[in-house]
Amino acid sequence: MSEEKKIIICRCNDVTLEEIEALIDQGITDIETIKRLLRIGMGPCQGRTCLPMVISIIARKTGKSPDEIKLPATRIPVRPVPAGVLVGEIDEE
Amino acid sequence: MKNRAEVIVIGGGSTGTSIAYHLAKLGVDVVLVEKGYLGSGSTFRCATGIRQQFTDEANIKLMRYNVERWKKLSEELEYDVNFKQTGYLFLATTEEEVEAFKENIKLHNKFGVPTRLITPEEAKEIVPPLNADEFLAGQWNPTDGKANPFKTVFAFARKAKELGAEIYEYTEITGIIVENKEIKGVKTNRGTIKADVVVNAANAWAPILNEMAGLDREFIPIKPFKHQLVKTEPLKEGQIEPLVCPPAWNDSYVLQDGEDGGVLCGTGLEYGPTYDMTPTYEFLREVLKWATRIIPALKYAHIIRQWAGFYAKTPDSNPAIGKINYIDGFYIAAGFSGHGFMMAPGVGEAMAELIVKGKSHVPLDWEWYDPHRFERGELRSTAFQIG
Ligand SMILES: Cc1cc2nc3c(=O)[nH]c(=O)nc-3n(C[C@H](O)[C@H](O)[C@H](O)COP(=O)(O)OP(=O)(O)OC[C@H]3O[C@@H](n4cnc5c(N)ncnc54)[C@H](O)[C@@H]3O)c2cc1C
Ligand code: FES
Repeated sequence: MSEEKKIIICRCNDVTLEEIEALIDQGITDIETIKRLLRIGMGPCQGRTCLPMVISIIARKTGKSPDEIKLPATRIPVRPVPAGVLVGEIDEE
Repeated sequence: MKNRAEVIVIGGGSTGTSIAYHLAKLGVDVVLVEKGYLGSGSTFRCATGIRQQFTDEANIKLMRYNVERWKKLSEELEYDVNFKQTGYLFLATTEEEVEAFKENIKLHNKFGVPTRLITPEEAKEIVPPLNADEFLAGQWNPTDGKANPFKTVFAFARKAKELGAEIYEYTEITGIIVENKEIKGVKTNRGTIKADVVVNAANAWAPILNEMAGLDREFIPIKPFKHQLVKTEPLKEGQIEPLVCPPAWNDSYVLQDGEDGGVLCGTGLEYGPTYDMTPTYEFLREVLKWATRIIPALKYAHIIRQWAGFYAKTPDSNPAIGKINYIDGFYIAAGFSGHGFMMAPGVGEAMAELIVKGKSHVPLDWEWYDPHRFERGELRSTAFQIG
């Protein structure tokens, strides 16, 4: 395995370039499917770090332009907040 | 895209992909059509729970059979769907509830489900951060569990394709062709496919498809209700592995996701009927109020996601499963009312056998789930629903 393949693309959930490329090679190029099979973009940063990279990997491997690849839905809350803040029991630090 | 098949399955959630897999396994030439991506309906939005703890014979028997299927599913599909028997724990806050628990347990035991009454201390051993002082007793079945909905759908679809099924994603059914009360095929935004059999597995959208076949929308009165979940950052494994639910606290529940250990939190606040999927702030506050009461330490957990999906509810919270007698070749398995993911293996198998052989060896009570019961005004006892 080359060193490049071990590159981590999603830091939150420890997903490597190799795992992403392996799925694309199996013909799975839909970002929603890749996201859920590998749990990319579902970590505490909610994909802010990794999704742009995943899109460029898909684009490179499939020859699509990055604009054609729809960004997965983002989910609220935008920034992680402790549950206690939302129920008014603790103050946000 | 093919223009002819033996059977067309509409809807690529856990129900549709399971039906397609089981049909392909019986050698049927099957096509599955999904308007979005697989699982994009309600399946990926669900709380992953699999339980046998119902309050009527039909659902208990069907779920008992399903759990046997779930146990072997990863091996059968040659793909890990991450099924784990981590149990379901219901908690009582009043003496009346404890009495009701005892009745439920008798019924579960009668059909071979090993539910038992436990003390708050025992409950705390199973769920260490539980606010056990608030509860009088627990109704505990360690053989219930959870699985990964995405992997389940993916695994059914993968195996179905291996067995010759075709699956068309991002393809929408726009019409159902019926001539002389017989199914002839479907129209999609990508062309027409002919077939003598069509299965409506569109759950929350099923009434729209029934209408396309010329039936009254209210004939099987399935209504979409928005239900939501909130998820915390990953916690250490083994904290809240079972689904924990005090029904008296607005049906609120918490459980750790079997994949990353984040806590899924749900509650009984619903909206609808509606096809709107926007998460609400009102829900976020309501669900956390209860979740932090069940597990006080959750106050310190960061919330990272919130999303909505549909409970496709029928008037008695039981699905409509079977043949639609008005149109030859038209079948339905929809209206799962918030507990359809757990039933997917058995329902898929039963439907495939019904279509191919006219009957099934699966212990599914066709009478109970009869799609025609609503027009006869015959409701079942309400299936036990959570959230
Ligand atoms: C918050 C929440 C928590 C839940 N928790 C649980 C749980 O713990 N355990 C459990 O068992 N269940 C749970 N459920 C319920 C569960 O999600 C559903 O019962 C189950 O996913 C139903 O699967 P399905 O395949 O029947 O429906 P869906 O997954 O909704 O699939 C139907 C598919 O049909 C497609 N479709 C619709 N119209 C068309 C058309 N015209 N052409 C082509 N395709 C079409 C849709 O896009 C959709 O993908 C929960 C649901 C929610 C919302
Ligand atoms: S890096 Fe992928 S979710 Fe944070």
